[in-house]
Amino acid sequence: MSPVDYADVQGLLRFGYGRMTNASYMLVRVKNADAAKAWLRLAPVTTAVAQKPPPTTAMNIAFTAPGLRALGVPESIVAGFSHEFRGGMGQESRARQLGDVGKNAPSSWTWGSHGREPHALLMFFAEPDQFDAFVQRSRDQNWNTAFEEITSLGTSNLDGDEPFGFADGISQPQIDWDQQLERPCTELGYTNVVALGEMLLGYPNEYGKITDRPLLDSNADNSDLLNAQDSPSKKDLARNGSYLVLRQLEQDVRGFWKFLHEQAGGNFADAAQLGSKMVGRTRAGDPLVPVQAEPIPGMDPGTAPQNQFTYESDPVGARCPFGAHVRRTNPRNSDFPGRRISALRKLIIMLGFGPKGFYEDITSSVRFHRILRRGREYGSELPPEDALQPGPSNESPRGLHFICLNANISRQFEFLQNAWIANTKFSGITGESDPLLGNREPMPGCPVTGNFTIPGDGSVRRRVSGLPQFVTLRGGAYFFLPSLRALRYFARV
Amino acid sequence: MTPQSNFMVLAPIIPERETELRQLLDSMNRGPGQVDPNNALLPFAEFETLHFARFIILEDKTTEDVRVYGLTPRSYPLYLAFLGDVDGDANAFLGKLIKRAGKGLRKIFSCCQGFAADMDVLTWMKEHEAPPIAAYVNWRGRTVRQIREEAMLYDALENYVDRNHATLHDLRPREIHEKLRTFVNAERSAGRLTLSKEDPTPIGWQVKNLAHMIGFPLLGLVLSPLLLVATPFYIFALRRLEKSDPVVCPTADQNHSENLSSFEDHDVTNQFSAMGSLKPGLVRLLTTTFVLKTVNYGARHITRPGRLGRIRSIHFARWVFVAGRERMIFFSNYDGSVESYMDDFINKTGFGLNASFSNGIGYPRTNWLVRDGCVDERNYKEYLRRHTLPSQVWYKAYPGLSAIDLERNTRIRQGLEVSSMTDDQARDWVALL
Repeated sequence: MSPVDYADVQGLLRFGYGRMTNASYMLVRVKNADAAKAWLRLAPVTTAVAQKPPPTTAMNIAFTAPGLRALGVPESIVAGFSHEFRGGMGQESRARQLGDVGKNAPSSWTWGSHGREPHALLMFFAEPDQFDAFVQRSRDQNWNTAFEEITSLGTSNLDGDEPFGFADGISQPQIDWDQQLERPCTELGYTNVVALGEMLLGYPNEYGKITDRPLLDSNADNSDLLNAQDSPSKKDLARNGSYLVLRQLEQDVRGFWKFLHEQAGGNFADAAQLGSKMVGRTRAGDPLVPVQAEPIPGMDPGTAPQNQFTYESDPVGARCPFGAHVRRTNPRNSDFPGRRISALRKLIIMLGFGPKGFYEDITSSVRFHRILRRGREYGSELPPEDALQPGPSNESPRGLHFICLNANISRQFEFLQNAWIANTKFSGITGESDPLLGNREPMPGCPVTGNFTIPGDGSVRRRVSGLPQFVTLRGGAYFFLPSLRALRYFARV
Repeated sequence: MTPQSNFMVLAPIIPERETELRQLLDSMNRGPGQVDPNNALLPFAEFETLHFARFIILEDKTTEDVRVYGLTPRSYPLYLAFLGDVDGDANAFLGKLIKRAGKGLRKIFSCCQGFAADMDVLTWMKEHEAPPIAAYVNWRGRTVRQIREEAMLYDALENYVDRNHATLHDLRPREIHEKLRTFVNAERSAGRLTLSKEDPTPIGWQVKNLAHMIGFPLLGLVLSPLLLVATPFYIFALRRLEKSDPVVCPTADQNHSENLSSFEDHDVTNQFSAMGSLKPGLVRLLTTTFVLKTVNYGARHITRPGRLGRIRSIHFARWVFVAGRERMIFFSNYDGSVESYMDDFINKTGFGLNASFSNGIGYPRTNWLVRDGCVDERNYKEYLRRHTLPSQVWYKAYPGLSAIDLERNTRIRQGLEVSSMTDDQARDWVALL
C-alpha cells in the first residue's frame, strides 16, 4: 500500500489550522473561465505536508458541480461524481430529506439557491496580523477578471466555544492515514479510527471498498493524475480529494438562553443544566456519562478526559438523553449489541433473536457515519448571562459556518442530518428532532416535533415542550475539495 | 387474533391508454408521493382494515440487462400493479372495496387489457391476481384498529404524565404503573379510550397455518435423501456461476434518481419497489425459489414480532414473480430514508439480502451466496437505485407512525394488561413513556 502523498492533499483534510485564528470563506462564481484557470494555476494552495515552523497563512479551494462545469470540465467527467454532489444541497427533495424546510428552506437562503449558487469556495486562514494582507494579495488582477464574489463569510474566534456557549469540536474521528486498519467484518466495540477512504476519495472505506468517483482514460492532459487503486489503467481524478459540505447555521443565542431560563423558572444554574442535557455535554465540554478507564482505539490521549466514553453505561438515556445533540450525532456504538460475544450468539442476534429490550440494537452502527468537522463560528461572543438581556434592534447575527469533510455525502453527512438530526423518530423517541438544530416543523401525522425528552432512571421522564427553532439555515452547498493534481488538471482543461 | 393478508392485481396496460392511466393515478395525489386518502377514485381512508396500498406502473428500464448473458431482451407489456395489505381475508376486503369504489376501480382497470365495461370487477381482479412467493408482516395480528387505538392510548398517557408530572415523579416504577393503569381504566369506562379485545383467530386460517408450519419442513425431510445427493452438484454449479456471473451496476441515471426522490420522505415511512430480471438457468431459479420460500416460512412461523432479522423498520414486504418466472419485483414499506434503509440492510441482514437478490441479473458478486455482495456498498446502492420504481399512488393508514412507534405502543398496552409487575419489568415499562 503506497503511503498518502501529503503534498497532493489539501491541508484542511489533515489540519484544522487552529493557530490561524482568522479565517474567511469566499463564495464566488466564475465570470471568466480562462482568467479563473490562470488564477488557479498560481494559487498558493496549502497542502497537508507538516511544516516546521508551521505556516502562518493557508488557503484551500473547493468547487461545486456547476463550478466544475463553469471551468469547462466536460459533463462526462462531472457525471462521475456522486448523485448528491451533482444534484446539490438545495434540491427540493433533498431539502425535504435534510429537514431544510420551513425557515430553513432553500427559497429563503441568503446564498446557495436561486442564482446565488456558488461555483467555488476559497478558504483563507491566517494568523491575525497577516490575514488582511494575505487575502488582499490573493485578490489580484486575475481574480477580478475571473470571479464574481457572491459573499464572503467572515468567522470569529470564540476560543473553542460555539455561540451558545458550549465547548465545541472536542470529538473528531482519527483518520487511518497509514492504512494500518484491518477491520473484522463486524466491529464489536466503539472505535474512533475511521478508514482512510471514509474521508479521502480513492482509498478503501469502512466496507473495504472504494467509493464513487470519476475515472478517466489516460491521455496527454491527465498524465500527471494518479492511477486508480482499483483499476490501475484509469486515472483517478478524485484521488486524494474529498467532498466538503458547507452550511451557514445562524444561531439564536438570545432565544436559546431565554427559553432555557424560562424553563428553569429563572434559575440560571438549572438553565445551564437543561442546556447541557440538550447538548449532551456540560458547557466546559465534559460528557454526561463517566469516562472509562479502558482506552478507545483512535482516541487522542490528550482529549481522553472528555472523550473516552460510550453510552454503554447509560442504556436508557438517564444521564445523557437519547435526544441530546452529541448522542444523536455520535451514538458511539458498534456493529452489534453487546461486546465480546461468541459466534453462536452473533448468529442468534443476526437472525433477530437477540436482546428483547425496546431500546436495544435500535441505532445504526456509527462507524459508517462519521464526518470530519472543520467549521468555524461567526459573529461576536455573547455570554449566556448577557444573552438573557434583550438585544439591540440592529444586532448582527451569530452562528456557525458548519463545514465537514467526507467521501460519501449521502452515507455520511446526509445520513447524519436526515436519520439522526432531523429524524423525529430517532432511537425509539418520537415528537422531537435535534434539540439544537431541529426545525420544529410539523410532519404528516406528527403535528408536534418540538419536544425534548429527558428519560428518568426508574422515574417518569421529564418532557420539555414547545422548543422554538434555535438554528436557522442561511445557505449551503456541496463542494468537491480536489487534490493538488486535480486542481492543476482543472486549471488546464 | 386477526391475521393479515395481502392482494395484488397485475395486468398489462393498453398502450394507447397509458397517458390516461397516469393522469388518473396522479389525480389521486395531492403531489408526488402524497396521496389524498379521501380521493374520489379510491377513498383509501374509508377502509378501516387497510394498512398499505399502492398503484404502480411497472416500467422496468433494465430489461436490456439480459444481453450480458447473450440473450435477446423480450418486449414485455407494461404492467399495472395494484396491491395492498389488509386485516383478515383479502377476498372479503376486495368485496368491500368494489362495493364502495367499484366505479373508480373500473375507470382505472379499463386502461388495462382484457377489461370490459360489462365485466364483474372482482372476477377480473381474481383472474389477474399475482400472489407473492414470500411475504413479511411486521407484527402478525396487529390490526389497523389496534394500531389506532394504541396510538390514542399513547397520546393519552403522555398527556397524563405531563399534567401529573409532579405527583408521578416521586413514585416508584410499580406505583407509576399502577397509577397509569387506574387512569386508563377510568378513561375506558368514560368512553374516552377504547382498547378492543382481539377477535378470535379464524379456524380455517389456523388449520392452514399449521399445515404450512409442518408441511414445509416435512417436505424437506421427505426430499432430504435427494437433496443430500444433489447438494454437492448444486454447490459446484452455484460456485461456478458466482464466479462468472457478470456484475451490472452502472451509476443510476441522475434524472431517474431525482424522480424517485420526489416520491420519497413525505412521511416517516416510505414505499419501495425494485424490479429486475432473474439470472437465467435452473440453478438460479431453484435458488431464488428455495431462498424465498425459506424467507416466507421464517417470516411466518419463526421471526419475533417486530423484527426481520435485526431490522425493525419494515412494516410489510413481499416478493412477487412478474408474469412468469423471468422477472421479479420486491415491494416494501419501511421507515426512514432510502439511504438508511439500504445501510440497515447491508449492515444488519446482508446475508439475507445477498441470498435473495443475488439471483437478479447484475447484482454485485457474492461468495457462497450470502457473503460479500451488498458489502460492495457503492455498486449495491447503484444497483438497487437503478432497479427501483416510483409508486404512482401510495397509501399508509397511519401517517407519522413508524414501526418502532407501533412496537412501543403495543408494549405499553401489553404492560397495562398485566396487573402486577416486578420492579425490573415496571422500570422497563415506565421507560417506554
